[in-house]
Amino acid sequence: MSTADEIDLAFPENWHRRHLLDLESLSADEIQILLDTAQKLKELTGGCRNKLSLLAGKTLANLFFENSTRTRNSFSLAAKRLGADTVEFSSGGSSVAKGETFVDTAKTIEAMGVDWVCTRHVTPGTPHLLARELRCCVINAGDGPHEHPTQGLLDMLTIRQHRGRLDGLTVALVGDISHSRTARSNIWGLSKLGAHVIICGPPTLVSPRWQELGFEVAHNLDAILHRCDVLNLLRIQFERQKARPFPSVHEYAALYAMNGARMRRAKDDILIMAPGPINRGVEITPEVADGPHSVILEQVTNGIAVRMAALWLLSGAKDASNSTTPAEPIHYV
Amino acid sequence: MSDLLIENGRVIDPSQGVDRQARLLIRNGLVAAIDPRHEEIPADCPRLDASGCIVAPGLVDLGVELREPGNEEDETIQSGSDAALAGGYTSILCTANTEPVIDSPGAVEFVRQKASRANGVRVHVIGCLSRQREGEQMAELGLLAEAGAVAFSDAPRPIANDALLKRSLDYCRMLNRVIIDIPEIPELAESGVMHEGQVSLTLGLKGLPTEAEDLAVARDVRLAEATSGRLHVGPVSTMGAVDMIRRVKSREIAVTASVCPHNLCLLDSELRSFDSRFKVHPPLRSRRHVETLREAVADGTIDAIQSGHRPRSREKKMNDLDLAPFGAATLETTLSTVSKFMIENGILTWPQAIDRLSTAPARIASIGGGSLAVGSLGDVVIIDPNAKWQVDASQFRSHCVSSPLDGQELSARVTHTIVGGVIRFQA
Repeated sequence: MSTADEIDLAFPENWHRRHLLDLESLSADEIQILLDTAQKLKELTGGCRNKLSLLAGKTLANLFFENSTRTRNSFSLAAKRLGADTVEFSSGGSSVAKGETFVDTAKTIEAMGVDWVCTRHVTPGTPHLLARELRCCVINAGDGPHEHPTQGLLDMLTIRQHRGRLDGLTVALVGDISHSRTARSNIWGLSKLGAHVIICGPPTLVSPRWQELGFEVAHNLDAILHRCDVLNLLRIQFERQKARPFPSVHEYAALYAMNGARMRRAKDDILIMAPGPINRGVEITPEVADGPHSVILEQVTNGIAVRMAALWLLSGAKDASNSTTPAEPIHYV
Repeated sequence: MSDLLIENGRVIDPSQGVDRQARLLIRNGLVAAIDPRHEEIPADCPRLDASGCIVAPGLVDLGVELREPGNEEDETIQSGSDAALAGGYTSILCTANTEPVIDSPGAVEFVRQKASRANGVRVHVIGCLSRQREGEQMAELGLLAEAGAVAFSDAPRPIANDALLKRSLDYCRMLNRVIIDIPEIPELAESGVMHEGQVSLTLGLKGLPTEAEDLAVARDVRLAEATSGRLHVGPVSTMGAVDMIRRVKSREIAVTASVCPHNLCLLDSELRSFDSRFKVHPPLRSRRHVETLREAVADGTIDAIQSGHRPRSREKKMNDLDLAPFGAATLETTLSTVSKFMIENGILTWPQAIDRLSTAPARIASIGGGSLAVGSLGDVVIIDPNAKWQVDASQFRSHCVSSPLDGQELSARVTHTIVGGVIRFQA
């Protein structure tokens, strides 16, 4: 177990954020700091396996109001790898079930002396609401279809480890963009670091408004496949859809699933990614998911590194003056 | 009794085209004269100096939620009445979305009695259009009218059933009552939280598409044309709605429309803060919609500005955006919002603003007020047009302290609200 000084991990002077709520509001420099720190911590922990004592005595509370396996465990492991304690909370069987609001629940948990609250919730903006109400650091672990910043960061870290850069790469996000928080974090993070982002899927899942915002939109995967350095295959989130946005799963798979035939038409060094859980046979066939181009399990490993970085950086900025997300001005017409 | 002489003010009465320095005499609760002769003024008549102020007919609101009975944590008839007076209103129409709903003469009577005890603003009742506000069968509209309902609506629910709306427009011709519809196609608006556009896209929030309003307005005005019934649509918030209303008005179809003040000055980008005080209905829209609405108010396509007062308790609004209800307290800020964003920007003149806030809504609802003509109700608002003040929602008379303009500096302030010649509010 080692301290920051002992392991030569300097706290970046230009990091001031106390909360990690989204990637849209982060600068390119801030994203670079997160990625660089994650890379360093991954190396220092021997691929996220060994423990450091950087955050000894601190406590992370996982407040998950939605189901999660990998993200919750990843945050817990990240905290433990840095010597922190964890508190686990699920909405089932809690006071939320008795009618307590999630803000009051979060305040109660905070009052037990936690340093970070990591939250997942079905509604966009709930981490922002907590950031206004709590004094501790707030980390967004997914707020409805809005953002999942650490997922975006771990995707970017994985690409960077394989390609050495993000600038100039073409990354296609394929699938259920409408309901995907991973997509939104990827879109902002990748574009800020210079990647060309293509948003691909049927028109019912990919709004043309993305084009108004300057992003390339495609509805034909085969037409863009040859240009892609990375494919990030997003899960169809049936649980969020009130009406089926395409005629059948069979049709969707025929048009958008990454399969062996498409792999043969793709670039030789294409990276295949998926945030998981994956629907085998829907977005991705087993031969591709388990094939040599797949980095899906590396993404999971990198998730711990990214979350270690987030916990350490946010904790260090806790008392900084420029520490909160700036309030948006009122937009009069 | 109920006599008052208001002196030295700028009297504005759009109903008569009056805009001049004048004295206003109220006798026995009614307007007796503008610039009365000396001998007309009783020797002991109380006097009120309105130097530097505007003297205008009291404001009239076409749709206020009072929430009593059933949801007194949001608002009571007393607190809503107090808030209305502070905002310069002398008459408000209260909507029927209470528990139980106002779909019977007894329910109308309850509100009228409570309002009488509140001894504040004149409270007029909008009766339910449909039984239990379920949108299927007409309520007993004739009996509700006899009991005092001045209009009918299922607000804040839209009237989704085409046949019900058509039948009701037909039926109400004999009652001389206006039907007010919230224009929205429920299936298109389902579970929407904010305006559907670039902002909702990036925030991942479910949008309320403009076509949900556009299509509803198109249907509404077509049925009004077919039946010659009296229809008011509003509040409206989209370019498409304005376009439709403008077209039917050119054909002299008896349709009127209104807009809320926050839809004239705030953009959907406010929701980037994820703050539920900006979750209002109709939603804050994008810039081009707001600009179109402002033009439409100026040229009279949109007849009236209504507060859109939809109070919800602090604990309800504290929730996350999906669960937090639509709504805000607006009675106490509407006049000042119009002043700052419509008058100071040169979009409206004061006489036009008074018309949209008082004269037009009184005419649409066919109630007294909205005029200072001799014999009219002695309902007057006195406004200091040069006042600057900062909104502090925690100080509202309303039970609701959620305001999209909380903390902002507004201009113009109500100094007195006079109902039937009696000063009911003084700043």
